[in-house]
Amino acid sequence: MNYSFQFGEILANGDLLLRGLKLTVLLFVLAFSGALVCGLFIGVARGSSRRVPNLIATAYIELFRNTPVLVQLIWFYYALPALSGWQPTAFTAAALGLFLNTSAYCAEIWRAGLQSLPAGQWEAGRAIGMSEWQLLRRVVVPQALARMVPAFTNRGVELAKMTSIASTITVQELMYEAKMLSTQTFLPLETFTVVAVIYFVLIYPGTLAAYALERRLNSKGA
Amino acid sequence: MANVLPADVLPADATPVLAVEGLRKSFGTNEVLKGIDLKVGAGERIAILGSSGSGKSTFLRCINFMETPSAGRIALDGTPIGTEGRNGALTAKSGELRRLRTRVGMIFQQFNLFPHMSVLENVMEGPVTVKGLPKAEARAKAQDYLKRVGLAEKADQYPQRLSGGQQQRVAIARALAMEPEILLFDEPTSSLDPELVGEVLDVILGLSREGRTMLLVTHELGFAYHFATRVLFLHEGRIHEQGTPDEVLKNPREERTQAFLHRFSAFHF
Repeated sequence: MNYSFQFGEILANGDLLLRGLKLTVLLFVLAFSGALVCGLFIGVARGSSRRVPNLIATAYIELFRNTPVLVQLIWFYYALPALSGWQPTAFTAAALGLFLNTSAYCAEIWRAGLQSLPAGQWEAGRAIGMSEWQLLRRVVVPQALARMVPAFTNRGVELAKMTSIASTITVQELMYEAKMLSTQTFLPLETFTVVAVIYFVLIYPGTLAAYALERRLNSKGA
Repeated sequence: MANVLPADVLPADATPVLAVEGLRKSFGTNEVLKGIDLKVGAGERIAILGSSGSGKSTFLRCINFMETPSAGRIALDGTPIGTEGRNGALTAKSGELRRLRTRVGMIFQQFNLFPHMSVLENVMEGPVTVKGLPKAEARAKAQDYLKRVGLAEKADQYPQRLSGGQQQRVAIARALAMEPEILLFDEPTSSLDPELVGEVLDVILGLSREGRTMLLVTHELGFAYHFATRVLFLHEGRIHEQGTPDEVLKNPREERTQAFLHRFSAFHF
């Protein structure tokens, strides 16, 4: 083995990668914040004893969890326009696909979190006349949140890396720029090593923040 | 067969605060309540006794629709709650349920305080979130009720720091803060250490002196005797015997009631 790494040329094109990084972050923020909120509604429906909402939520979750996210993005970008006449930009299609996919996973986290609370907490809220949404907002979510943070963190980390799939439908995010750069420079090893470091530097502080949040939530009132 | 006393303590023309007619409840194929009729006048205090499985807790939980009755009618101040569905079961819209529960408070065996809120916040929660009271007003009211249950100085503690007896007293204050017309107690001392039972029973007795309408499921016969204006003995989903505490607890007429009471006195010394 006599390969000598040449990082100089990659670092010289760092602005390309940084430009891609902006889109990566934007994709992540849009899809994750949307999925956290949307997941709550789907999760509540999934945990509901009412037949119709339960059925719809279950079908949604299973559809998105059991098909490859790559296919989902391609479908939103290429098949949806053919069926609906609405042509989303590559970025919109990617954001939409990642958002809907992550919502399905978040819904399951919400459902499990909501169901982890003792039945007595729901009963106590109902007994003083709270509506289901008041119960969720005031009693259930504040208590379930601490238990759900690790699972949400996992999902967030997964999503941050999953944004790279958007490159396949021509979204010019970090991975897309990296592929371009590697074919231009013939230095794939160096390019993707740098990209890996960038992903790590992007994601790791997030997990640290999540640990801190978890500690704070767990110490409150307990 | 059940020998229900004619002793309806209500004057014939008075509208009962709570009227239950033909109440039935099944879980799957298991029928727990097999037709219960009961009229409760304002200020009555009713102790409900019975062995486990007799349906006494289920009966209590049907009154505020924590369990949905499978058949029958429940009326508050003469107004029926819910409507009869196709299968005979009662259904109530969520708005109606919420109004019902602000009028009928409940205290649970397991207290069920909100662990992420301080004692004061627990008591304020209903008035603020459900009734929309301004916080300052709710706080003053909550402090008042905490004083009533003897826990004013614990207002800023979290429930986990309190003994079981104290937690249950907070739960009583939380129910009182909604200013309900009727209070339901579901075995309020059953999960307490024996030395903590007294303080909770004292608080409940104190309430009984205020003329509140209360229904209480309990295994504390002595307490039932001092607390109640009427005692019900439930057996296999029906009211098997009822009457004044003296009648039911001292001179029960039914064999089942006698056997039940005998088991409790087996270890007197």
